Amino acid sequence: MKLYYKYRYMFYLLLPAIVWYGIFSYGPLYGIQLAFKDFRIMEGISGSPWIGLDHFRTIFQASNDFPNILKNTIVISFYHIAFGFPAPILLALLFNELRFKLFKRVAQTISYLPHFLSWVVLSGLLIAILSPSSGIVNAIITFFGFEPIYFLGGKQYFRFTLVVSAIWKEIGWGSIIYLAALASVDPHLYESAVVDGAGRWKQMLHITLPMIMPTIAIMFILRIGGILDAGFDQILNLYNPVVFGVADIIDTYIYRVGIGQLQYGITTAIGLFKNVIALALVLGTNYIIKKAGQEGLI
Amino acid sequence: MLPSMTSGEKIFQWFAVILVVMMSFAMVYPFIHIASISLSTPAEALRPGIHLFPLEVSFDAYREAMQSNGIWYGFQNTIFRTTVGTALTLIVMSMAAYPLSKKYLPDRSFYMMFIILTMFFSGGLIPTYLLVKGLGLFDSRWVYIVPTLFNTFSLIILRNFFMSIPGELEDSAKMDGANDIRILFSIVIPLSKPILATVGLWSAVMHWNAWFDALIYVQDQTKIVLQVFIRRLVIENQQQELMRIIDQQKSLNAETVKAAVLMVATLPILLVYPFLQKYFIKGILVGSLKG
Repeated sequence: MKLYYKYRYMFYLLLPAIVWYGIFSYGPLYGIQLAFKDFRIMEGISGSPWIGLDHFRTIFQASNDFPNILKNTIVISFYHIAFGFPAPILLALLFNELRFKLFKRVAQTISYLPHFLSWVVLSGLLIAILSPSSGIVNAIITFFGFEPIYFLGGKQYFRFTLVVSAIWKEIGWGSIIYLAALASVDPHLYESAVVDGAGRWKQMLHITLPMIMPTIAIMFILRIGGILDAGFDQILNLYNPVVFGVADIIDTYIYRVGIGQLQYGITTAIGLFKNVIALALVLGTNYIIKKAGQEGLI
Repeated sequence: MLPSMTSGEKIFQWFAVILVVMMSFAMVYPFIHIASISLSTPAEALRPGIHLFPLEVSFDAYREAMQSNGIWYGFQNTIFRTTVGTALTLIVMSMAAYPLSKKYLPDRSFYMMFIILTMFFSGGLIPTYLLVKGLGLFDSRWVYIVPTLFNTFSLIILRNFFMSIPGELEDSAKMDGANDIRILFSIVIPLSKPILATVGLWSAVMHWNAWFDALIYVQDQTKIVLQVFIRRLVIENQQQELMRIIDQQKSLNAETVKAAVLMVATLPILLVYPFLQKYFIKGILVGSLKG
């Protein structure tokens, strides 16, 4: 305690942070009990009766919605990862090959632009571009004689549109980390490879990729941890009742049914399920990657 | 062309350039499209096909957009949260990062764990919603600022930077009798301007683009942020908003007004970010490599 007095000014400085984290990060944990209660507005959280695992029973056995939102979440996330994870890496490799410095810098600056805008604004842009009547994409499609495609209004193309537009938004920004990793590869390695007669491809396979593997591994762990997220901001701004069947994910469901329809108990249960799984995934992926010889996150 | 390239390499180089040009065009075109529509006449806006330059330039859409109340409330509140929110965030995070950067702080690893652990779990949307409600922050402008005061990633970056400041500077100040708080504000912070710029810019962009918290926590229409106004207009297609704007001129069409509003919200970022991008980039690089 004497030390606390001696450094009291330091603790005065630290106090707001501790209080804030206490309230806003640890505080909501109190509300998690709603996952096990039947929420009565009049009684509040503490007064509402306990119902144990009833919500979870409903979710996993009786719900019509849950299997579908879980499936959508995983499928969409899978597509996001399968296509969206490699894209910035490829772009970084591409940028890395450019020799014209100025061109490279301008192209990079342009590529980060969508990252700085919100999905509200980007959705506005997308809705205009993809319009079946006045949008450029459909103009090109109809020019070649095909029927206009309802990218956002039809079930067949909605997920495709989600993935491609997400790549458009994040590919530039995502490439920064990989570009930095690429820049840190010792040029001597390349020089000796050239001496040994290795062409571009071999260089890339045997030097570049292995050297940036640690970066890729860490980024991948973080990505897997977010597998149940599937892009809430984007989907909430782009979806509509027509595509709920293919696009409603866990988070949009929690928002629409939890806040919109005041069903706090069951959506808290779904949220709890999601967070526990996400944590398990991060720890699990981290463990696997470490076992494979790379440095993990934790 | 550098003379040291073989012809095989030259071909590859041109191939790469073409790919990048195509990609850059794809990145940029949507903005050109919207800018063009915002300046078009209604008939022009509905025309199918590529929109690069409107044949007839008309500023009507902008005039109409600027006359709606919603957009001004939106601007006011967004500017409020961006300036006040960022300023407060910088202050409290600096205050917290400083003690945490001192190895001699009692129980330092406990406090670090306390904070870092929060990156791995979350209460969930509903518990957080009820908490904010319980704190009485609904329909208050402070709901934009208080729940977003701290960002753990930025906090760690700040702390690491403070750790790299040479101790001698602070020691000599201590010998002159300054206490810790004075040292923080008179010495450490002025030395940290670049990192504060980075953290501040991240916070500012977050506030400028934030929309979900306004959506769920605020019903009072005079307190909504710009993004929510845009969302109402462009995405939720709320007819009242549109009708109020379009009332006077029947010829004005919804698409041009929507486009004008989008431009108005996007231009500030478009104009600012090329100059500030080096701060953002430095930030994530520093953060991730140390992380």
